[in-house]
Amino acid sequence: MNIKMTIKRAALATAFAAASALPMAGPAHAGTPKDMLIMAKNIDDLITLDPAEVFEFTGGEIIANVYDRVMMFEAEDLSKLVGGVAESYRISDDGKTIVFKVRAGQTFHSGNAVTAHDMAFSLRRVVKLKKTPSFILTQFGWNKDNVDGLIKPLDGMHVSVTMAADFSPGLLLNALSAGIGSVVDMKEVQKHEKDGDLGYGWLKNHSAGSGPYSLQTWKANEIIALKAHSGYRHGAPAMKRVVLRHVPESSAQRLMVEKGDADMARDLTPDQIKGLAGNSDITVGDYPKAALIYMATNNAHPILGKAKVREAIRYVVDYKGMANSFLAGQYKIHQAFWPSGLWGSLEETPFKLDLAKAKALLAEAGHSGGFKIVIDTLKKSPYPEIAQSVQQSLSKIGVESQIILSEGKTLWPKYRARKHQLIVAQWSPDYVDPHSNADAFAHNPDNRMEAKLTGKLAWRTSWSDPAINAMTEGAAKELDLVKREKLYMELQRKVQMEGPFTVMFQKSEQVASRQNVKNFISGANFDLVFYRTITK
Amino acid sequence: MAPNAGGVKTSSDAAEQDALPVPPSPVLARVAAIAKHASSILLTFIGLTAITFIIGRVMPADPVLAIVGDRASQDVYDAVRLQLGLDKPLIQQYLIYLSNIAQGDFGTSIMTTRPVLDDIIRFFPATLELATIATIFGVLLGIPMGVLAAVNQGRLIDHIIRIIGLFGYSVPIFWLGLVALLVFYAGLGWLPGPGRIEVYYDGIVETRSGIILLDSALQGEWEIFRNALAHLVLPAAMLATFALAYIARMTRSFMLDQLNQEYILTARVKGLSEGAVIWKHAFRNVLVQLITIIGLTYASLLEGSVLTETIFAWPGIGQYITTSLFNADMNAVIGGTVVVGFCFVGINVLSDILYRIVDPRAHD
Repeated sequence: MNIKMTIKRAALATAFAAASALPMAGPAHAGTPKDMLIMAKNIDDLITLDPAEVFEFTGGEIIANVYDRVMMFEAEDLSKLVGGVAESYRISDDGKTIVFKVRAGQTFHSGNAVTAHDMAFSLRRVVKLKKTPSFILTQFGWNKDNVDGLIKPLDGMHVSVTMAADFSPGLLLNALSAGIGSVVDMKEVQKHEKDGDLGYGWLKNHSAGSGPYSLQTWKANEIIALKAHSGYRHGAPAMKRVVLRHVPESSAQRLMVEKGDADMARDLTPDQIKGLAGNSDITVGDYPKAALIYMATNNAHPILGKAKVREAIRYVVDYKGMANSFLAGQYKIHQAFWPSGLWGSLEETPFKLDLAKAKALLAEAGHSGGFKIVIDTLKKSPYPEIAQSVQQSLSKIGVESQIILSEGKTLWPKYRARKHQLIVAQWSPDYVDPHSNADAFAHNPDNRMEAKLTGKLAWRTSWSDPAINAMTEGAAKELDLVKREKLYMELQRKVQMEGPFTVMFQKSEQVASRQNVKNFISGANFDLVFYRTITK
Repeated sequence: MAPNAGGVKTSSDAAEQDALPVPPSPVLARVAAIAKHASSILLTFIGLTAITFIIGRVMPADPVLAIVGDRASQDVYDAVRLQLGLDKPLIQQYLIYLSNIAQGDFGTSIMTTRPVLDDIIRFFPATLELATIATIFGVLLGIPMGVLAAVNQGRLIDHIIRIIGLFGYSVPIFWLGLVALLVFYAGLGWLPGPGRIEVYYDGIVETRSGIILLDSALQGEWEIFRNALAHLVLPAAMLATFALAYIARMTRSFMLDQLNQEYILTARVKGLSEGAVIWKHAFRNVLVQLITIIGLTYASLLEGSVLTETIFAWPGIGQYITTSLFNADMNAVIGGTVVVGFCFVGINVLSDILYRIVDPRAHD
């Protein structure tokens, strides 16, 4: 009995069983309702919706649509930083204090007016709660004891913000466009405060914002439903409801969008996107993202710590081969730590696969006989494929490598404890300012183990260069924008040539939508996704 | 993830116990038996929580990072670690956990931000609904198929049923699920796609039992009932294929055993009809063993089929436990495992009771 026949028989049997169930299917809906957007997406990374805590992709996307931030990159021009909740600002002569003027006429979902008190409360709340993204604000020298004095409402419409550390006010403005710059409805949040938690327990799964949408439902592993805010300052969004359905399997996502049960599929693989090419009901949008895939060597490793070996590794990556094959459409080559397409990015790509050069560099370092290393990376595609490609190239220059695949929750502790040798990992900026990545890739003021600067990639790789540290600090302080941009170019070149990192690729998101869905806008950063512009 | 079936006492063990000489006082003996049963259940649970707890703690995944994320600074990390009580010795952590459970507190899930017990109350009915329907189909189709195959041993019908059994048991459910979606949802459009219910209907029916079929029927929302039922067909068919295959295979082999016994020959010689021989004599004896098999099948379906739930975006307990495990969300994993353990023990007790009803020897 061959397998084909078996399958055929079973398919017939199932078909028969299903046919008898036919009348149950009920009336078929022709597509989704006109004013409702249904998105098929894997939302299992969502663990909180409190803007003081959100640091995951799905969470970042939701709060971007629920809260307006102090400063914003708006859908109309993603490259320009403009006032959000704040209409305008004035910088003091010493560059330390910024006074924000709150835009008049804004309302929260509750109907409360947005005031300076809400804005000050929201920023203080981030500092006091001290959740993971709080470092974006605390780097300006704020802590729970001094923040009430440094961030204060002057009257109902003005907030004064004073930095206690030496930073460019431009950097502060950029930082206030991140999720932690979201303004929450103080009165509403305080109503739900419990044991002095600043409403944290409640805001984790509720919303109190002034953004285009309010949260209607979040059922973990099932659904997120948003409702349009009719009083939004840019006007009520066209989609009255936006629903994100948790569909973990990407093949099922594809079927749903093809069938018209979903307006959008967010997690399709390159193969599945290719498969949709001939379907005139579907359009595929490409959105360059700021997420990078890079390799990092541990500088404490006796061989990988050598400058020549680090350099050799940059020449064993088949950038083009990978970008044109299994990464096609979803990643493009990028070799500097600040992503392409953003202010301050360095577009130079000086490295290509050159095994002869890599071999020569290894010989110079005294390792012409090769050595053995371990490559750590994530289990999910495309990381194993990238690691395998690197492994193959390494073997050609005499370096034998073993790949260990792990889940993030297992891999990150290892990386943070500096126990890796060579790691293939990802990084995306926390906010849209080159300092966000410079601080991670280039800045390590204390390389001691006990310093535990675990949030910084330079520390994790045991790499610290005093000159580069000084450059990073200088660029963050620089007031002149033109000079500041130049400093970041220099810094990126230096880290590109000398650092333990081999930045390889930058992500491009591919979204398949029904052809009637228009104006979905997804900016470079993970929390710059706009639902309010969508029409059908 | 689910407790091994090894922890489950089978009906034949129970048979041996019951076959022991009758003790002097039946009341006392019954009390003793119940106490013994209860203490073994309690021990099973303590063992279950202990093992899951230890596995959770020695796993290299870091529960603190699951909350704070990869980029947290060390002081944020340390604060959460302290808050979770992870600085305390393992045994102390476990005892605190046990005492919380005793008070009905399974802790809070990182992933859903809600109490684990609330999550289980939400996710379990989805699995219960699916597993129950799959088991009913498995039994209704599997048993007649198994009997039919045994009675016609070696003939064409036997071969066909065996092949179906082999197919159901060995085909990857992942593949089967996707093909089913492709054919019946995307291709023919007879059945709805992934999910428990159409999003338009979400939130209309008030949640009482969490079983949408039941809730919608009780509230007279027949359109939603039909929609939920239609959504159930494909995933339930996937699980039923598995259940049916296993039940049919076991029924066949049990029946063959019985049909070769002398009492069957005697019954036939007595001139009983073939139907009476098969159903009244042979099947009656097979039923006892079958109850155990059905119970185990049902229990294994209740632990949730991760793959089926994933393909059909079915928010069940299997997906919940697996996603929690990948997120190092140990409260959720242990809570889910205890519930699954509870199902195994509960079904075992139930099959013991059924067994007493079915087996005349077990009657007092």
